[in-house]
This record gives sequence, C-alpha cells and structure tokens, in this order.
Amino acid sequence: MTQAMLSVKDLNAFYGKSHVLRGVNMEIMPGEVIALLGRNGVGRSTTAKAIMGEVPPKGEILFKGQPISGLESHQIARLGLGYVPESRDIFPTMTVRQNLILGIKDMRHPGKYTVDEMLDMFPNLRERADNLAGVLSGGEKQMLTMCRTLMGDPELIIIDEPTEGLAPKIVHQIGDMIAEIAKTGVAILLVEQKLSIALRIADRVYVMGHGEIVYSGTPEEFKTRDDIRSEWLEV
Amino acid sequence: METIVFSLLNGVIYGLLLFMLSSGLTLIFSMMGVLNFAHASFYMLGAYFAYTISEASSFWLALVFAPILVGLVGALVEKYGLRTVHVNGHVAELLFTFGLAYLIDEVVKIVWGRNAVDYRVPELLDFPLFELFGAQYPAYRIFTLFVALAMLAALWFILNRTRAGLIIQAALSHPHMVGHLGHNVPRIFMTVFGVGCALAGLAGVIGGNYLVTDPAMAVQMGPIVFVVVVVGGLGSLMGAFLAAMLLGLLQTFAVAIDARFADIFGWLGLSEATELGSITIASLAPMIPFLMLVLILMVRPRGLLGDREL
Repeated sequence: MTQAMLSVKDLNAFYGKSHVLRGVNMEIMPGEVIALLGRNGVGRSTTAKAIMGEVPPKGEILFKGQPISGLESHQIARLGLGYVPESRDIFPTMTVRQNLILGIKDMRHPGKYTVDEMLDMFPNLRERADNLAGVLSGGEKQMLTMCRTLMGDPELIIIDEPTEGLAPKIVHQIGDMIAEIAKTGVAILLVEQKLSIALRIADRVYVMGHGEIVYSGTPEEFKTRDDIRSEWLEV
Repeated sequence: METIVFSLLNGVIYGLLLFMLSSGLTLIFSMMGVLNFAHASFYMLGAYFAYTISEASSFWLALVFAPILVGLVGALVEKYGLRTVHVNGHVAELLFTFGLAYLIDEVVKIVWGRNAVDYRVPELLDFPLFELFGAQYPAYRIFTLFVALAMLAALWFILNRTRAGLIIQAALSHPHMVGHLGHNVPRIFMTVFGVGCALAGLAGVIGGNYLVTDPAMAVQMGPIVFVVVVVGGLGSLMGAFLAAMLLGLLQTFAVAIDARFADIFGWLGLSEATELGSITIASLAPMIPFLMLVLILMVRPRGLLGDREL
C-alpha cells in the first residue's frame, strides 16, 4: 500500500474553551481529490486551519510521513503543502503578475510553471495580468489565490470554501479550474459546501458533523445515502 | 524672502531626517504591531558609533559602518529578545522596548559619559557652500540632504522593484499568507527590524553632528518620531514621508517667524504687555507635533494615508 500524502489522526482543536474538533481522522493519497463537506460551523475550516497551524492542533498530522504540527508555516509550505484560505488574502496593492511571483518559494529553484505558463493555463487571469489585484472580481481573486499557491509547486493543496459568495456561473468556472489543477497530479483537499462542485470533481467525500468525520465514501456511493444527506448536510 | 528660502531648505532637511528615523519605525510597527519605544535609541547609538569611528579613523568609514553596526544590534535584539517576548503579546513587547530604551540610555551614559560628545561635521564638508541674501549656507546640510534623498531612492527601489521588497510589503498586510506561500516570516521580521534600526542609525550619523550628540538626544527625538508614524498612518511609508515633511517644515517655519501673539491678534486687544500677548510664535514650535498627534487621532484615527486604525 502506498503511503498517505496527508494523514490526520485524532485531531482536536479548541477556540478558547470551546472544543471545536473532536478527534478528526482522515487520509489523503497522492493525487487524490477529497471533498470535505458539512454544515456551517461543524469544523471544516477549522480542520484546514489546524492542519496548517493557524489554529493550534492537538493530535497527529503527518505529511508525507513527517509530523508537521508545531512547524512554522513556511516550513510546512516548503514541504509541499499549499493553502488557499477562505479569506483569499490576495495582495491588493500589487499586480496579478506580482502576486504570482510571490507564490514562488525560492527564485533559485522555481517551480514547474513560470508566471507566463500559469497565465496561459488560465486565460481569464492573463487579461488582468497587469491590473492591481485589489480591483479583481471575487471569482478572479479566487483564481489568483489558487494560481499563486500553485506557483510554489505544492503536492497537496488545501482549498477552503473557494466558491463562497460567488455567482453560480463563476462557481462553475472555479469548479472547472479545480478539476484542471487536479489533472496536473496535485492532491486537493477541498473544503466546500456546494455538493454540485464537490461531487463533480472529488474522488472521495468526507462529511463532518459536530467536530468529527461522520461519513466517508466515494461520490457514487454518497449519492445513494440520502440518510447521510438529510442528517448532516441539508438545512 | 531670505527667511523663507532658508527655512524651506532647513525644513526639508529636518523633514528628511525625521523620515529616515520614522521609516524604520513605520515598517516595524505596521509589520509586527510593535510600537518600538527604543527606536530613537538606535538613532542615538548611530550618532555615538559614528563619533567613535570618526575619532579612530574617518567620518566616511563611520557613514558606512555605524548604520551597519546599529542594524546588527537591532537584528540581534529582534531575534533573541523581541521574538521570545512576542509569545506573551503586544503589551509585553511594548514593555520590553520601553525597558530597552532605558537600558541603551544608561549604557550610552556609562560608555560615553553624561555630557555631549564632540562629534563634528567632517572638515571636508565644513565650509559655506553658497551665499544667499548675504547669509551663508553650510555645505554639510546640503550633504545630509543628498544622503537622505539617496536613502529615500534606495528604499523606494528595494520595496517596489525587487522581489524581496514585494515580500516585505505583502508581509506588512498579510503575514500569515506570506508564511503559507513558503516565505520565512520570522527572518523577514528580523531583517526589517535590523534595516529599520540601521536607517535610524544612519539618521544618527548624519544628524548627530548637525544637531547635538548627547544622552538626551533619544528622549528628544523619540516622541516626535511616534507622531510622524501615527500622523502618517500605519502601514504607509508614503504617509510617514508626508507627515515628516509637514512636521519638518511647520516646525522650522514656526521657529523662523519673528512674531508675537500681540502682533497677530493685536486687534483682539492683546498687547505685548499682557502675558498672552508676549508669547512668541517660535515658542510654540515644540508644541506643534503633539498638537498634530492629538488632532489627527480625533479627526482621522488612521492617519493621513494609513490603511487601518490603531
């Protein structure tokens, strides 16, 4: 059996006194696309944040077999784990091109893609290359953050709520783009609420409820589980 | 006319000196949220290092090495002091720099004594450059003008035209994201702290001989530098630049105006014989920075060009 790219065992996290993650277990294999589903407030984003060290994690987090909890964020990034946060955090006073340049971790060892190749892959951004990132639309900002993280050549990207607040047409585009990224062989942990996107591109689905994983399976199997849907997803 | 031209020149030079001091503080304050109380102490260290190096060799070596030394001291303070204290929050950091300022003060008094040292303008530049309206203007002041402008250009270039500069700017507003992209944020902080201190040191090197080099110079300059940073606005070097120039010019002109309240508000019935009437405009000059500070916090708390509130 191949080694998991990311393996999370009994992950707990707290916001002050409230116990947000209560023993999350998950595994992501190389090149796999995982959708992490669940209602608001069940701890999906917190799971992402705990893995990235934004929220202090308790439990075991192994990336390529190496424990990463307690590492500095740049050390985690340099191991090959990319993070696209919910807040997108583009650098608004810089151009799209400059934002992409900052995605390169080390100029002496640039990644698979040059800025121009990245812009060729995603022509929407090419049109905006010399615009300030601050004036982009929400969808364009989301594309930019994903591309910026890709510039650093991650082996796994955690993408948190990429379609939040976007119009349905744009949501579809973002879905296409994530599928495109997945085709390049990068593993993806997609924290998403919209089933349409998640089921279209995921290899496997995790459902969270009350701070733990309550279901895991393939999209096909998940589609037959109305019980899981009504209990853990529908509002 | 003569007053206006000379005040303008002096104001610009003083403003640039203030900017040199506050640019580092703005960077540090915006990036780390640390109000570095000891910043002006690094300015003082710059002047004293320059004095010692000048005595031993020459001013020109001091011009190069004193800021570098001050920068190294700053980087060490960040790495071994501030970073350790950081985990305990901003108040602890604030108190740390507060203590550090006094520590540096005392060290300076022990090493160089309580009185002003004889740090002089280098002989090569100790002559009147030109004469205007019968008054002479010292060459050294024009030299400081050029050093300040060169520093301004270099800082602008590094921040806006190099990748390292872009990373620093990004870390100003989004330090976490910059870390997730694989950049070593603690090292960036240390570098910025060091460079910020080196700039303060440079201001000490070129300002210490034109003003006075004594153990009180940090205490005198410190509050004014804070005013520049707050008035200019957090996160904005441009704002700090504007505020520094504004303060420099306002203060210089206020000193130069030869008038009393009685002259200006004479129609109010004030005469030079009254206590209020005999106050000179010049005597208000030291008040101006703090008046600006108080007003800006009331009217526009994020400063002239700042991107967030304090």
